[in-house]
Parts: sequence; structure tokens; C-alpha cells
Amino acid sequence: MGERIIELRDIKKSYGQVYALGGVNLSVDRGEVVGLIGDNGAGKSTLIKILSGVVKPTSGDILVRDKPVNGWSAARSRDAGIETVFQDRALAVQQTIVRNIFMGRELTGSMGWLKVNKEIEEASRLMREIGFTSKVFTPHSIVGQLSGGERQGVAIARAIYKQAELIILDEPTTALSLTETAKVFHFVRQVRASGRSILFIGHNIHHVFDIADRFVVLDRGKVALTADRSEVKSAEDLINFMEDVAHPGGLPGLHDGAEQRA
Amino acid sequence: MSKAMEPDLQTPLGRTSGQVGKEWSHPSNHWLRGFVLDNRASLGTLAVFIVMMAVFMIANPTVFTTWYLYSSVLTTLPVALFVVVPLVFVVTCGEIDLSFPATMGFASWVFALVVQAGYDPFLGIAAAVVTGTLLGFLVGSLVVYGGLSSLIATLGMNFLLRGLIQIINEGKSTSLSSLADSWAYKIFSSQFWGIPVQIFWAIAFVVFAALLYNRHRFGAQVKVVGDNPDSAKQMGIDVKLVRVKVFVFTGIGAAIAGTFSVMINFTWWPTAGDGYLLPVLASVFVGGTPTWGGIGTVVGGAIGAVTVSFIQTGVVAAGLSGFYVQFFNGLIIILSLLGHKWNQARYR
Repeated sequence: MGERIIELRDIKKSYGQVYALGGVNLSVDRGEVVGLIGDNGAGKSTLIKILSGVVKPTSGDILVRDKPVNGWSAARSRDAGIETVFQDRALAVQQTIVRNIFMGRELTGSMGWLKVNKEIEEASRLMREIGFTSKVFTPHSIVGQLSGGERQGVAIARAIYKQAELIILDEPTTALSLTETAKVFHFVRQVRASGRSILFIGHNIHHVFDIADRFVVLDRGKVALTADRSEVKSAEDLINFMEDVAHPGGLPGLHDGAEQRA
Repeated sequence: MSKAMEPDLQTPLGRTSGQVGKEWSHPSNHWLRGFVLDNRASLGTLAVFIVMMAVFMIANPTVFTTWYLYSSVLTTLPVALFVVVPLVFVVTCGEIDLSFPATMGFASWVFALVVQAGYDPFLGIAAAVVTGTLLGFLVGSLVVYGGLSSLIATLGMNFLLRGLIQIINEGKSTSLSSLADSWAYKIFSSQFWGIPVQIFWAIAFVVFAALLYNRHRFGAQVKVVGDNPDSAKQMGIDVKLVRVKVFVFTGIGAAIAGTFSVMINFTWWPTAGDGYLLPVLASVFVGGTPTWGGIGTVVGGAIGAVTVSFIQTGVVAAGLSGFYVQFFNGLIIILSLLGHKWNQARYR
């Protein structure tokens, strides 16, 4: 893999007495899709919030392209090319696709008048880039008319607009049908094909298994496993492993993989 | 109301005209269908207006061919338009402003004071607009930064400001006969080929506001804030500032409206603007702007104002007694709302 986009070293986060993260190491390289899995309360959300700069870690180092950064914040995170698509997608459903993509950063000429044609052109380009095209809708379509998967596409298109290098997708397939999930996967593959990286957070291990190049399993605030795709035979392996972590036993093969990686 | 009762606008129209081979194709690819789809709220309002006028004309064909009827509507309609249009922005933003009648009265009072003191009416207009801006900012800040319900807070401000005007003036009006010879009157309130000139100013205002609504960052942000304030905030929009701005816009519109109403009558009354509260609100909703925020139509609001202002004149002209006016007012409002309900689905 290529350049290291972001690396977290020994990140700890505590809320009062409670440790949400107890020393997490995580890195994402250019062009890879990392799947982050974990049970409820494993610390996934906290980790995402730290990556997107919404929450500051209690201790630990954050390195952007191998350089440590100080004063990590939401603005810093975006400057570093990290865009987060939160679970609720943050779309205005009565507005057009164009208005959602350019929400808060409208393309304007003099006096704040919109460059409508330029916005449509750019929106079309972004949507083409992630393979988000259709005969049924245009950049003028109302987001409320789109399916859940298509809405996710709008959120992803918005995220890649500012030359984002790493896109964090927080549970992008939750509450989606099979075909809609397939659509989201399609977008994710297109984003990877364009040389960007993705951190894919999921509940559904099958979904994550289908899409990711590398898996990170989080358990009670710690990384329980890091494994390349080649090291995991099937989604069932991952599921067994997670059950194992919850009820100690062991999957020797997987543990070896994890140790090699670390 | 159940979701099933709302028609699915996409399915019947969405599949029909897909041009194969073009990357983006959509029902709105055909310009006429696209135009109808994009403007269905304002076109619906126009249809209501046309039907209503047809009914009046059938009832009494002769009166409706006399120019006087239209002339009188065209004198008072502009005043309403200057407040209806900013209110479309307010409602789109998910708020309401009931304080504009008092702002009309207050700003036109300032205008009257300046003119009475012997200054040029242009200066008076400028003073009125500044007053309207400040009052709009005051009301907006109270609602937004004070975290108050705009429905109740603006109602309170309406009583408060009106009360203030009444207390200071003790109910006395101000006559401004010197206005008739002024340039300001000639430019803003005289007649041009028999047409009251203020309607041209009002139309210009509507066109400007429609562009602001559809083609400007302000309009875009107003819609997004009204639609989903949380995501607007996440995307870096200053939600509170946008909200304050729509109240300032209403303040400015109300100031202009108040000034025009004084110039028409050469007299300022302490009650100036009072009668506009309900007709103006009705116009906004008859025009097809829904109550829930996020979407709306400026042109539809303007057509709504035309409809509402023709009801009274039309009822009387059609030979019915004045007692019918309120009944027809209500009938038109209810019919329009039913029409819009059928016409536009709400997306969540």
C-alpha cells in the first residue's frame, strides 16, 4: 500500500472514570478500504469522533502523512483531507441533490449570486465519479425522492467534493435493503478506484467483509484483531473470532495473523 | 393525515420520458413538463385565481370590464406584496413573523415625522427603511438568540410596538399634504398611463426577491436551514445568522410597505398596517408555501396576494353584500390549502 494518510498511536479516551478507548492503534493507507467492526459499546463511535476531530483524545498521538499533529480539531481533520459521513447523513431531504452537495459552500460569483450551471456541472462530475448515475433522476432531483442507498450516494458525493483523501463512512448500510446496500458498495469501490481511502464502519460483518481490504475488530476499547483480507477465509471466521473475544477460546490462525501484523 | 393519501409524484411522471442515450434524463427534460413540475405550487395558485375570477365575471360581467376595479386593487396590492414576499422567506426558514404590522406602523411613523419636520421625503424613506431594519434585527435577535418561539414572541412584539405608537401619539393621525408636490410621490405613488405606479415597484421587488430566493446563496441557505437546521450547522452554515437575516428582510419589507401606504393616503394613522396581518399571512399560504419550512415560492406568494386582494373587491363587485367577503376569504383559503396538499408531497 502507498502513503500512510493517517495513523493513530495509543489513543486513549476516557469519560470521567470510564475508558471508551484504552490505547488504540489504527492506520489507513492511500487507496485502501479498512473495515472497522465491533459490538455496541466497543468504542467505534468514539474512534470516529476522534478521527473527524469532533472529540479530542485524552492521550495518544495522531500522525497525518507520518507527521505528528498538534491541536487536532474538526477543521484540522478536514484540512488533512478527512471527510466523515455520519450515520444520519445530514441531508436536507426537501432540497435538490445539487443544493445538498453544495450545502454551506455554495459556488457563488459576485455579490453571492449562485453559479447555477457550474454547480450542476460539478455535481454531475462528482456523481459520475462514484458511479451514481441514473435515467430516473438528475442533479435537480429532490433528495426525498431517492432511496436510502442513493441518499448515501449524495452524502458520499458531498464528502469527496473537497478532494477528500479519506472518507469515513459511519454505518452506511444500516437500515438499507440488499439492492441499496449493493449501491453503496458500488460507490465505495468507485471511490477506492479513484485512489481515495475509506474507513468503513459496520455492524453487519457480512457487509464489511464484502468490501474491506483490511479488518480491524474493536472490543471494549481495544483493537482485538487486525487482519488483511487474505488472512480471513470468510465472514464466518470473523464472526467466530468476535464471539471468541466475547467468550474467550481461540482461533489460532487468526491470532497469528494479528500478531504478525502488529 | 396518512402518508398513503399523498400522491407519489415521482412514479406517474418519473418513468415516462426517459431519453435513452443521454446520461442525465428526467421528467424535467422536456422543458414544459419540467417547468410545470418545478412550479406546481405557484401554477396551482394561479389556477385558483383564474377560477375565482371566472366565477366573479360570470356573476357580473359588466363590473369586471371597468378599469376602476383593477385600478383600486393595484393601489392597495403593492403594499401587501412588500410584506408577503419577505414572509415567504421567514416561513421557508421554519419561522413566522406576526410583528410586521407594527413594524409597518412604526417605520411609516418615522417617515411621517421626517416629512412633517420639512425634510425631503426621500430622507424619510431612508429613515423608515433604517427603522425597519433595526426593528427586524430586534425581533429576530429576540427570537433567535433569546431562544423564543417566533409565533409567540413576534405576536408579543406586535402588541408592544403598536402599544408604544398608540401611547406616544395618543391615537392622533398625522396629515402629510405636502407630499403631493414632492418628487418622491411622483416616482413612487403617482399614476402612469392610468396605472398606479407603485405596482411597478412592487413587481420589481417580487422579481428581485424571487431571484434572491432561487439564485442566491441567501435563498439557498434559508431553504436548507428551514429543511434541516442540524445538518446545515454541520455543513458550516451560521444557522442563527440566517434566521436573524430573514427577520431583518421582513423588517425592511414592512418599512417599505408602510411608507407606500402613507404615500397613497397622504396621512399616517397610528393603526397603519394593522389590517394587513391576516390577509398577508393568508396570501403566503394560499400562494403555496407550506407551513413546515424548507420549501416555498415567492411568485406563488405574490399570486396569492393578488387572489386575496381580489376577493373583497370581487365579492362586492359581483353584486353580493359585504357580508359575503369573509365567507369567500375562508373558502378560498381552504380550497387552496386542499389543492396544495394534493399537489405537493412532503418528504422527510
